[in-house]
Amino acid sequence: MTRPASLRVLVPIDSSALSVGAERVAQAITREADRRGLSIDLVRNGSRGLFWLEPLVEVETPAGRIAYGPVLPTDVPDLFDAGFLSGRPHRLGHGLSDHIPYLAGQERLTFARMGLTDPLSLTDYRANGGFAGLDRALSMSGEELIREVTDAGLRGRGGAAFPTGVKWATVRQAEGRRKYVVCNADEGDSGTFSDRMLMEGDPYCLIEGMTIAALAVGATAGYIYTRSEYPHACRTLAAAIDRAREAGYLGADILGSGRAFDLEVRMGAGAYICGEETSLLESLEGKPGLVRFKPPLPAVAGLFGQPTVINNVISLATVPIILARGAAFYRDYGVGRSHGTLPFQLAGNIRHGGLVEKAFGLTLATLLYDYGGGSANGRSIRAVQVGGPLGAYVPESQFEVPLDYETYSRMGAMIGHGGIVAFDDTVDMARMARYAMEFCALESCGKCTPCRIGSRRGVEVIDRIIADQERAANLVLLESLCDTLECGSLCALGGMAPYPVRSALRHFPQDFGVETPVLS
Amino acid sequence: MSNPVDADRESDQAALRAIIEAHRAMPGAMLPLLHAIQGQLGWVPAEVVPLISDALNVSRAEVQGVLDFYHDFRRAPAGRHVLQICRAESCQAMGSYRLEVQARDTLGISFHQTTADGALTLEPVYCLGNCACSPAIRIDDAIYGRMDPATLDALIGDLRDAQAPA
Repeated sequence: MTRPASLRVLVPIDSSALSVGAERVAQAITREADRRGLSIDLVRNGSRGLFWLEPLVEVETPAGRIAYGPVLPTDVPDLFDAGFLSGRPHRLGHGLSDHIPYLAGQERLTFARMGLTDPLSLTDYRANGGFAGLDRALSMSGEELIREVTDAGLRGRGGAAFPTGVKWATVRQAEGRRKYVVCNADEGDSGTFSDRMLMEGDPYCLIEGMTIAALAVGATAGYIYTRSEYPHACRTLAAAIDRAREAGYLGADILGSGRAFDLEVRMGAGAYICGEETSLLESLEGKPGLVRFKPPLPAVAGLFGQPTVINNVISLATVPIILARGAAFYRDYGVGRSHGTLPFQLAGNIRHGGLVEKAFGLTLATLLYDYGGGSANGRSIRAVQVGGPLGAYVPESQFEVPLDYETYSRMGAMIGHGGIVAFDDTVDMARMARYAMEFCALESCGKCTPCRIGSRRGVEVIDRIIADQERAANLVLLESLCDTLECGSLCALGGMAPYPVRSALRHFPQDFGVETPVLS
Repeated sequence: MSNPVDADRESDQAALRAIIEAHRAMPGAMLPLLHAIQGQLGWVPAEVVPLISDALNVSRAEVQGVLDFYHDFRRAPAGRHVLQICRAESCQAMGSYRLEVQARDTLGISFHQTTADGALTLEPVYCLGNCACSPAIRIDDAIYGRMDPATLDALIGDLRDAQAPA
């Protein structure tokens, strides 16, 4: 990167950073610099993902970026006094950002640029490796592109882990008057924020990935369906799409290639189920988000009945680096059939919450203790929900199990979208099991009976177990109800709501008032 | 913004017509249109259902079905501000239940209700994507992380004072 003449000070514009006062810190820095007659270039970057240090202020020095955080507006005059503009030590200082162990230990591929750039600057994006994948993709055939993504071993990062290249090949071969690329950015899982971070902090990466997908399958139109809970991401994406179009990266003639692809952001309306791909497509078409029967697959008959690639944000945003560095580079990360990296998200009762992108195969213990620093309040971590509200609760005895898709699946858990929510030893797992059923009942689309009715009955049955009303009989009933949900539901909402319930029962029976583990 | 749409109020009528006109040709226009109407009026009055039905060439039942399905769309006006408290797992792990109880007690209302002075509507929300800074709340379009009871009290106080009727 070229070094500008004036001093660069960076304050993130990520919504988590904003939620803890980054805007007020940015204003305080500008005010203080003015007051002292100093000329600075205040850049609003994406977050580096070290959220316990947000608002994290960085200063560019000849040695690299120096980090200070968490900074309050009232700390700002003191930082100036201490000489933070030259990277001098301060009680909030952490030295070189890149040497902070939390960052230094990561394998940031998808999130390589995160926090380094002004999210809306095309110049920054290009200067940090952006569009290298698209440049190469424009010289390749659709078949070659699909082979590259297939060979990289990329699997769906939304949670289902289906091979991305296989999905693309189906769309490419399908007949249709128009093909679509839809980005599933309906990131509703508690404990997850990697999609949001990427959309806010590196939006061109998603745009580039979607454009490459479009080139691969022959699509001409795309939609990013995101959440109304993410107002900032919606605005950033819309602005990024406009700028990309003006610069010729989107539109009727992408970079003079004669290929057309254009893109639009659509906002959901507070329905968790719309993260299920067929429900999302219904919603995009302007209907209630009722899950569709499969087949036909969306790849054959998706949006408006046309062949449609529908992929998660992280899957699509990983495509540019695969094209830029080649399939083998990406494939070499990871273990077994889980190739590459996953941006894990550390949340809940954790001291160092944030984003940790690592190759598959590390353990929960590494994430929770080496990165997370244990619980936020110093109590012991008793249970960890991995993979969102439909993911299993993992007890301490399983913290050493390697995180890869197949190993987790074998133990009745799932990695899902990489959300990791820690609970301390005060958690009541019977209440968490009840909440899982309650959430399923609230968010069920209502199309299939096991999910619509079963989740409501599930809440009642767990209430009776907690109240010790015919506890033994109700535990048997709960098991049977979980079977019905798992085997009889149309989609993963009803089909997986039993995961947190059963894992809570299996590993924490005492919270349900029984001594021995309940077998399932 | 939260007053009922008034058939006689020219400004609302003109704005509605313009919004509908701007969206009618859009593929899958229903959600963007409803969001735009709610953005203008603060809610989606029953009177606009037939207008949407005509513009998008769908039945009134279909419009109503969409309105009823999604948690976001309001079929009644909200308060001047909307306070959402995250109830999802990550925030629960950091004590969000305390904030729920505090908000209900302070405001004297339950979820989905509005205070008698019309200042605040209280709602649950299931994840604001701010899970590394749990617990989180949202007031209108602003998200607040690492929320604690004292800060919540102060925020609620500000909101009630800010626009109290003179």
